Amino acid sequence: MPEKVLAKLENVKKYYPVRRGLLNRVAGQVKAVDGVSLVLHNRETLGVVGESGCGKSTLGRTLLRLEKPTEGRLYFNGTDISSLSARALQPFRNKMQMIFQDPFASLNPRQRIGDALEEPLVIHTQLNREERRERVMGLLEEVGLRRDHYDRLPHEFSGGQRQRIGIARALALNPSLIVCDEPVSALDVSVQAQVLKLLQSLQEKHGLTYFFISHDLGVVRHLCDRVLIMYLGQTMELAPVKELYKNPVHPYTEALLSAIPRPVPGRKRERIILSGDLPSPAKPPKGCPFHTRCPEAMTVCKEIRPEWKEVAPGHQVACHVR
Amino acid sequence: MQDQNSVLEVEGLGVRFRTEEGDVPAVQGASFSVQRGEVLCIVGESGCGKSITSLSVMGLLPDSAKAEGSIRFDGNDLLAMSQEEIRQIRGNEVSMIFQEPMTSLNPVFTVGFQVMEPLVIHRKLSKREAYEEAVRLLEQVGIPDPRKRMEQYPHELSGGMRQRVMIAIALSCQPKLLIADEPTTALDVTIQAQILDLILKLKEETGMGVVLITHDMGVVAETADRVVVMYAGKVVEEADAETLFQDPKHPYTKGLLRSMPSVDDETYALEPIPGKLPKPGEMPQGCPFHPRCDDAMDRCRVESPRVFTVGPGHTSRCWLGEEEKQNHAGKSVG
Repeated sequence: MPEKVLAKLENVKKYYPVRRGLLNRVAGQVKAVDGVSLVLHNRETLGVVGESGCGKSTLGRTLLRLEKPTEGRLYFNGTDISSLSARALQPFRNKMQMIFQDPFASLNPRQRIGDALEEPLVIHTQLNREERRERVMGLLEEVGLRRDHYDRLPHEFSGGQRQRIGIARALALNPSLIVCDEPVSALDVSVQAQVLKLLQSLQEKHGLTYFFISHDLGVVRHLCDRVLIMYLGQTMELAPVKELYKNPVHPYTEALLSAIPRPVPGRKRERIILSGDLPSPAKPPKGCPFHTRCPEAMTVCKEIRPEWKEVAPGHQVACHVR
Repeated sequence: MQDQNSVLEVEGLGVRFRTEEGDVPAVQGASFSVQRGEVLCIVGESGCGKSITSLSVMGLLPDSAKAEGSIRFDGNDLLAMSQEEIRQIRGNEVSMIFQEPMTSLNPVFTVGFQVMEPLVIHRKLSKREAYEEAVRLLEQVGIPDPRKRMEQYPHELSGGMRQRVMIAIALSCQPKLLIADEPTTALDVTIQAQILDLILKLKEETGMGVVLITHDMGVVAETADRVVVMYAGKVVEEADAETLFQDPKHPYTKGLLRSMPSVDDETYALEPIPGKLPKPGEMPQGCPFHPRCDDAMDRCRVESPRVFTVGPGHTSRCWLGEEEKQNHAGKSVG
């Protein structure tokens, strides 16, 4: 049952200028996000997968309007927020939150956990001191911490607990959308699964929408409803999670799936090993950005950027070959 | 029992750090061996002592650490050697590659200079010979256009290329043992696949032994012949790769395998190990894993388990192994 649309991106681009020389002239552009169109439904988890420099984090930050898109339109709950001023964005801010990869770097080492969690409540709500304290206690318990953690400092917590604090802070203002930027990548495997379970249960309870950025296709398979594959700032493939793992269409998706080491010893692998490196996002190849490493590249791939077409219901691909 | 084929034999290795709060054990009673042409994987999560173990083999422990036990390389005990004697072996007969290739390469010297350095020092080649050999090495590790790369600086290379350069340097003296500490953790999956393949290919070609340290069970399955699982400074299980994945005995190994989300199985449900990793210096009494273990018995809370042989070449440091022992009539040690 399709839920209503929460956010919509139309041909969103985010370019960063590269400055060089004595006069700091603009010498070129890094196309971090290059023409992404996407719809995000209420209560879904969209997995965004790609290798370093593919623009997945920039896309997440742009979605929250932490970055202003260079071009294109960005709608949140039906309102065009692509060029709103900081002041006009204020009412939207508490509905969109973010969870970062390194929970320690996102906490002030000298600030008590309780105070860190209270800060958004001071800025965005009318709650008085007592009510805020009660709310923070509630948040701590909700993410599996204890009330007496209120007065502790970040260094007293383990990595998994710190990430729980990051999650509590994102939840403080009852958001509808949370961008999770590699939230479990820095955690040990045995702890990682705990945090994933927490994210799942919070989503159910609060009806959250996740934009889940990850490079781990195992994690994505078990958490996400749909998956978006990106490469050098462009979208390569978007499909419901089952479909993507069963019928990957794009050669890059196939290669990514086959490159993951599986915990099955002696498995006869027909691994597609991509040759070469990721090109620099400052100098992306012409045509399809993947053609330099694609085992099936044709002449047309070097010249013309493939269009974003639908190959099955809800399954979109940008590829000339398929 | 000195095995003709083994390159490295570690027995009863213990490493302690002196800190203000007193001695903190980082590794306790670790024993394992590596054969020629074999890949031994050491798996574990942060703080389990896997990197400290490898640093002790390289003689690279910081001054605040004290190692005991024995590390026999080619029959000689490395722990009994002087710094100078170890220096002759390190980089020559034993080489190491690290997780972050950027921090292990010197940013102010060219790639060529850094690849040539061990060739001149350990293999006593002339400048010209060393240059040609360096080009050959870069070619061997799959670096395109090696002559051009020789003149470049590390920052001009991508992460995958830097790791290839590190491997070329590590292999330059044809070591008998290569220690790779999380060599692909900082790399993207498609590049990781290339680097793992390269390490396995070079192992085939040279017959060196490889110790691969990782936290990723997928990497273990694809590379290892034998596996050592570490938890809180102790080796908790050792087995050949096949056995470890098909018939893991230690509850921690089982938990580790279950908590990894499967890429291929959509019916898989996440199963975390409850609790958190113990901090060094705050080890629980008894078995260090018992607070997180579903199978913990009263005994586990007070008495640290011995190592039980639970099958041929398969050991587990868990009291559950005592019952298994009856079936296999194996011996138990330490």
